[in-house]
Amino acid sequence: MIGKEVSGTFSAKHPVGRYAGKGTGHLFPERSFEGNLMNPEELKYNPSHEWVGISEEAGERIAVVGITDFAIEQLTDLVYMALPTVGAQVQAGEQFGEVESVKAVSSLISPVDGQVVAVHSELVDHLEQLGEDPFGKGWIMKVKLTDETKLQQLLDYAAYKKQCAEEA
Amino acid sequence: MTSTSPVASTPLTAWHVAHNARMSEFAGYQMPIQYSTIVTEHTATRTAVGLFDISHMGRLRFEGPRAPQLLDHLLTRRVSDLAVGAVRYSLMCNEEGGILDDVLVSSMETPSGRFFYLLVVNASNRQKILKWIQPHLADFPDVAFSDVTETTAMISLQGPKSVAIAQRLLPPKVSGLGYYRGVVTEQMSKACIVSRTGYTGEDGFELIVRAEDAMRVWENIMMAGREHGIAPVGLGARDTLRLEAGMPLYGHELSEQTDPYTAGLGFAVNLKDRNFIGGEVLKQRSSAKLPMQRVGLRLDGRRAAREGSGLFDSDNREVGNVTSGSFSPSLQAPIAMAYVASELAVVGSSLDVDIRGTRATAEIVKLPFYKRA
Repeated sequence: MIGKEVSGTFSAKHPVGRYAGKGTGHLFPERSFEGNLMNPEELKYNPSHEWVGISEEAGERIAVVGITDFAIEQLTDLVYMALPTVGAQVQAGEQFGEVESVKAVSSLISPVDGQVVAVHSELVDHLEQLGEDPFGKGWIMKVKLTDETKLQQLLDYAAYKKQCAEEA
Repeated sequence: MTSTSPVASTPLTAWHVAHNARMSEFAGYQMPIQYSTIVTEHTATRTAVGLFDISHMGRLRFEGPRAPQLLDHLLTRRVSDLAVGAVRYSLMCNEEGGILDDVLVSSMETPSGRFFYLLVVNASNRQKILKWIQPHLADFPDVAFSDVTETTAMISLQGPKSVAIAQRLLPPKVSGLGYYRGVVTEQMSKACIVSRTGYTGEDGFELIVRAEDAMRVWENIMMAGREHGIAPVGLGARDTLRLEAGMPLYGHELSEQTDPYTAGLGFAVNLKDRNFIGGEVLKQRSSAKLPMQRVGLRLDGRRAAREGSGLFDSDNREVGNVTSGSFSPSLQAPIAMAYVASELAVVGSSLDVDIRGTRATAEIVKLPFYKRA
């Protein structure tokens, strides 16, 4: 019931605009993700604008996946989102869901290999959370990793920012 | 426009860029897709007023005593009986009755008493149409033809508050124009052709001005519209607005493989005592059974069926396909236009629609989806 726990900790407790932790020097600081904002500088990125952060939950390393503020700004007018089911296997580079705007549909591409252990199901009816808090309340799924080496192939913050600047 | 042509600017492209519009190439022009969000711009047009740069549309001018005869030959509706100041929606068809373009033709008189006809064609079809009419122009040597697309700009003002802005900025005769009427006039001493036409389902005006006057006229309208909640509107919302209004778009609902009757545009074909290109075939087609028909669809859920989505009957037979689809900001539901086998094109009945591998239910509904109060 990780998903439930997480949704319970949202709201005023973790005001928008404050990061949970500042740079610890580690690529993936091991700390619990509780729906509070993750520090974008510590995340890894797909070129297709999904972010992934690692959190330690019940002694396991869990990947939290969302989509970036840049992607949300580019999409605009979101109307629908399809999420994976808990228990589903996801693969890095493969579609795990989709997000649809008035004009277009975009695939959500998993940045990691593993099994989905939680999905943020209330997002579907609150797509505004994606824009309001893309690195916190707007999280999409949590994945129990099966192959951590895949993380090495992702973009770091600087490389991702550079890509966004080129796309904008 | 060939594929090697550079992307052209409209006289207003610089304004769009300066106002942070998301720009994209469309029919060879650098056009604004959206300035804010599609829903914001769509809603502004429905509830207040929106301003559109539609300079990419082709503007062709015909002048001379036999200009109406030339246009009568080219178009599916009569032009020679068009009163001065009247605008008419028409089609241009090939010999097989396939639609080459859908156009607006108007009969105009300048303040100095010169008569001319104006043909507004789709941006994506302009080069094709120029080529198509070339041999016919040769048959009418007294007709002076000019493509004025590059030397002019076209601006569309649409929405319930567009009259208030027209009253403020344009001579009184403009706000008194009837629907599908036009006039050659001035906007603060800038020459201007204004018509009460549009592509949104709202009341509104379309203005043609000289390219060098475009920025001034655009800014005058933006300024006068501020108190009315005016928004600049890009091609994104232009598409959702026309879709809600049930208006076909060339390249989606219309093509050379589509005839006017299948497209539901039989009203734009006048066969009576006329000879025009495609007329013979269309005469036969007009009384023949149509295999397919254009319909409107309203879908369950929130996912939109996009162009190319297949439609299936209860026996899972493919019976049609979607030509345009989007989430409708006004209806807050996914809508689409599609071609469906005629025997199934019954308002109120349902079909299955394939949306990227999963099925949704689509109800056939009456067009337009949206009608202004």
